[in-house]
Amino acid sequence: MGMTMTQKILAAHAGKDSVKAGELIMANLDLVLGNDVTSPVAINEFNKAGCDCVFNREKIALVMDHFTPNKDIKAAEQTKRVRDFASAKGITNYFDVGDMGVEHALLPEKGLVVSGDLVIGADSHTCTYGALGAFSTGVGSTDMAAGMAYGKAWFKVPSAIKFNLTGKPAKWVSGKDVILHIIGKIGVDGALYKSMEFSGDGIKYLSMDDRFAICNMAIEAGAKNGIFPVDEVTLDYVRGHSSRQPVVYEADPDAEYDEVYDIDMSALTPTVAFPHLPSNTRVFGEFGDVKIDQVVIGSCTNGRYSDFVEAAKVLKGHKIHKDVRMLIIPATQKIFLQMIESGLTKLFIEAGAAVSTPTCGPCLGGHMGILASGERCVATTNRNFVGRMGHPNSEVYLASPAVAAASAVTGKISHPDEVYKEEN
Amino acid sequence: MKYTGKVIKYGDNVDTDVIIPARYLNTSDPRELAAHCMEDLDKTFVGRVQQGDIMVAGYNFGCGSSREHAPIAIKASGIACVVAKSFARIFYRNAINTGLPIVEYSGDIDEGDIIEVDFSAGEIINKTKNTKGTFPPFPPFLQNIISKGGLLNSLKEN
Repeated sequence: MGMTMTQKILAAHAGKDSVKAGELIMANLDLVLGNDVTSPVAINEFNKAGCDCVFNREKIALVMDHFTPNKDIKAAEQTKRVRDFASAKGITNYFDVGDMGVEHALLPEKGLVVSGDLVIGADSHTCTYGALGAFSTGVGSTDMAAGMAYGKAWFKVPSAIKFNLTGKPAKWVSGKDVILHIIGKIGVDGALYKSMEFSGDGIKYLSMDDRFAICNMAIEAGAKNGIFPVDEVTLDYVRGHSSRQPVVYEADPDAEYDEVYDIDMSALTPTVAFPHLPSNTRVFGEFGDVKIDQVVIGSCTNGRYSDFVEAAKVLKGHKIHKDVRMLIIPATQKIFLQMIESGLTKLFIEAGAAVSTPTCGPCLGGHMGILASGERCVATTNRNFVGRMGHPNSEVYLASPAVAAASAVTGKISHPDEVYKEEN
Repeated sequence: MKYTGKVIKYGDNVDTDVIIPARYLNTSDPRELAAHCMEDLDKTFVGRVQQGDIMVAGYNFGCGSSREHAPIAIKASGIACVVAKSFARIFYRNAINTGLPIVEYSGDIDEGDIIEVDFSAGEIINKTKNTKGTFPPFPPFLQNIISKGGLLNSLKEN
């Protein structure tokens, strides 16, 4: 029986010719990731177990992104612990304020992940790197500690669901809309323990940023990982960001899938996930006026440069609604600089938005844009659980950067066409 | 391993943001985390949970973030084990790795029932309802991690 793309990567890293769904394996890791929230717990476990050296100083990435720049004394103590650990162990890929970014935007940009890699991260959105044709998955801090010490992790080999993406995405339809549509269709546990393998002749229309957004939210369907085949778009990106050689794996033609879904991207429309689950999706026409108080564009899902270009396209020539606070959070320093150089930052500020240094901040209700009771936010982030961005009685609506920008102008959840002015 | 306790019950898709809200993740101290466990879903939990109580839930328990603070908070609050119809995969790993006993089970259990979870026999006895059900044991690979006292210890021996 053939293997899926994910199974092939796992087999290669476990030193096996083949693996089967359900099999438990121990695999070698190419990269172990942690952030300022999960790493302190991992360091505790690492020390408690009497570990001394890390398995490879260059294959660990520690990114201080969740509560940074440090939001309070406790957060400052946490980053200090990680900083001291990185220094003591000689970890080369430690990223702090000034050169950090939101981890899942930063690592591909720094060339730390390439096609064919096996990556674990103590952050659930580690699944993002599947966009590069890598196997990557979120784990907890103890797994991270074991990964740092031994360069290994255990996995139950997943079965897969195949998503055959066809057609060119319709106007205003981004990677975010594609993944929200899919989660709305299969539910928040629709891919529990499984791989989501994307394929089809439509993927050539998806940019790397679209693919990052799609794989990023695989976890919101409960998946172990999301993964795209490697094509020229992937290889161009990898070559442009890393000196490491990508390894290309392909699913066998006779690989078995638990289910196959055909998604015609030309038939999709902008999609919004209403509170309090990412699967609670609606399209325009299915809801009335939803007044909002805040808009956030940023995060590991949609804080990349093309996301801000899309938002700016909608926002151009408009002012943000007087009752709306709009937060623009570029995911990395490089993206921030690009936005300054291209004039996007000026456009956002002149429209009335606040532009912030990179941080996960409001996405997880950490800092930099917490909601009060009863307030509503349209966010390009990835979760809208109860209390996710602040008070348990606040609400988060997940959408694309274009929808978020349009909503910032009107003060209610809006289709980009309501706002966009065609340039002559 | 056998646990007997009173049931505190929740529904489907209990996510890690309600188990321990991110605003409290600026610490990893188990007692501090336990003081806010389940706060955004059930403000009464911290006040009423007793040492040895058993948490029962529906499908996809622990979905969302990878924060190990979630099983740590539940364990430190006094919960002896968690019984759910299914678990989100990162929470499942974290529970095993941190030593919070969990079991996938779909039998009839209500809030306040007294149940006995017997991991050796793979059996759950509902003493209030006088009913009994079984669940499959962990695969040997995971049993080895549990019996060695966690992931790091099991790797160390290899």
